[in-house]
Amino acid sequence: MRLVGCLLLLSGFFLVLAALVMLPGAQARVAFIVAGMGVEVLGVTLLTRAYTAAQKDQK
Amino acid sequence: MNQMLCLLCIVLIPLAAAGLALIHQGLGRSRSAAHAMLATVCALGISAIAFVLFGFAWAGFAGGPAHSFMAGGVHWDWLGAGSFFPNGVGVDPADPAGYTRALTLCLEMFAAGLAAIIPLSAGTDRWRLAPICLASAVLSAILFPIFAHWVWGAGWLAQLGVSFGLSRFVDAGGAGVVQVVGGLMAVSVAWVLGPRRGKFADDGMPAAIPGHNIVMVLFGCLLALVGWIGLDSAASILFYGVAPQQIVWVVINAMLSASAGCLAAVTVTRARYRKPDASLSANGWVAGLVAGSASCAFVTPAAAIDIGIVAGVLVTYMIEIAELRLQVDDPGGAVSVHAGAGIWGLIAVGLFGHFSDGTTGSHLVAQLVGVAALLGFMLPVIYGVNILIDHYMPYRVDSDGDWQGMDIRELGAGAYPEFVVHADEFVPR
Repeated sequence: MRLVGCLLLLSGFFLVLAALVMLPGAQARVAFIVAGMGVEVLGVTLLTRAYTAAQKDQK
Repeated sequence: MNQMLCLLCIVLIPLAAAGLALIHQGLGRSRSAAHAMLATVCALGISAIAFVLFGFAWAGFAGGPAHSFMAGGVHWDWLGAGSFFPNGVGVDPADPAGYTRALTLCLEMFAAGLAAIIPLSAGTDRWRLAPICLASAVLSAILFPIFAHWVWGAGWLAQLGVSFGLSRFVDAGGAGVVQVVGGLMAVSVAWVLGPRRGKFADDGMPAAIPGHNIVMVLFGCLLALVGWIGLDSAASILFYGVAPQQIVWVVINAMLSASAGCLAAVTVTRARYRKPDASLSANGWVAGLVAGSASCAFVTPAAAIDIGIVAGVLVTYMIEIAELRLQVDDPGGAVSVHAGAGIWGLIAVGLFGHFSDGTTGSHLVAQLVGVAALLGFMLPVIYGVNILIDHYMPYRVDSDGDWQGMDIRELGAGAYPEFVVHADEFVPR
């Protein structure tokens, strides 16, 4: 779960970079940047879940 | 550029480190107080050496050599390519550019140290000294310089305007470069270490482990203000060409955002718990400083107050969520104060900033790209590095050390030897 979370974070970052390079229109660019940040939020959520699950397992 | 004013501001920055050190050790337990202060001094020392010897070559400076590549028809400047052991930064009185480079080195040396001591707060009472030193060295030599180059060294984030027709990413006082990078290191350290023994019950409910010296914490807030003013002012002059006459507004904005953050936290805790909470109010003060630093030279005083208020309110809730919901044991609130308020501060530049080009919408997009780079690239890299270091040099003290405290376990003597050692307040009676 930790690895998937980190990969999601990187995916979101590359989505933002792709939006900058490939989309010239302002609206489409902003939409993809926000989408990329959404993917990053999913990655952070997964990392926190991995951590809390590991804490429960230790108890 | 007024180089003497810049140098004067830079020499104030260690006071921010002193302030954070007092806050961290005051919010920890008395049995680990000496360890916390020694760890701060060691982290500052090691990060200064690592940054000057290696980090500055990668952090680079505007107009300096850099590693870059072409992709999508765009020139991506991603890492400095200077020489190690800062050759070429000579202080020749006849070469003003060389002196500016030396000022950049000096400022970033202190900034790297500041970033290195932020995670100490999240690892209080259980993070061993040796891995602290190694993690500080890696942060200052490799991790901090990457983002510092992107923003302060004319890297790709600073060139968003040239490359993509956006505005440049703005971080005048280091909210992203110093605070968020330090905050992401703090959350990684907290994840790797796990909570202190006795912090969470089996059902996940946290026990209150109060700080041992709130007077020191609040004095640390005042010291931090002076250091922050120095950092905000020096970085604004060096990296954004702010005129010396405008620095007075940087000072006013820093004070206003800190005050607003503190008063907002006082008000929120008074409303929620019937009495103001001193430690959360101190966190609100620092959160105001952190959030206000990104835009310190580009907002009106009224906007600085707004930024501080949001930071102060945000941090009280974030600390609660981190502890209650996410089970992150962060005694000093570093994750919420530095990462949380720092990200808010970066976004606030796009919302409140006044720039000569008048392109507010474009600035907001540029700031979002910077935040995405911090979360999407820096967080996984920093977390991975911490897992790697922990694998070879375990972060956490053994279970006996957890109870004895770090002072006795690692230093052999307590911070307050003449005090009566009180009973462990967390043993069931």
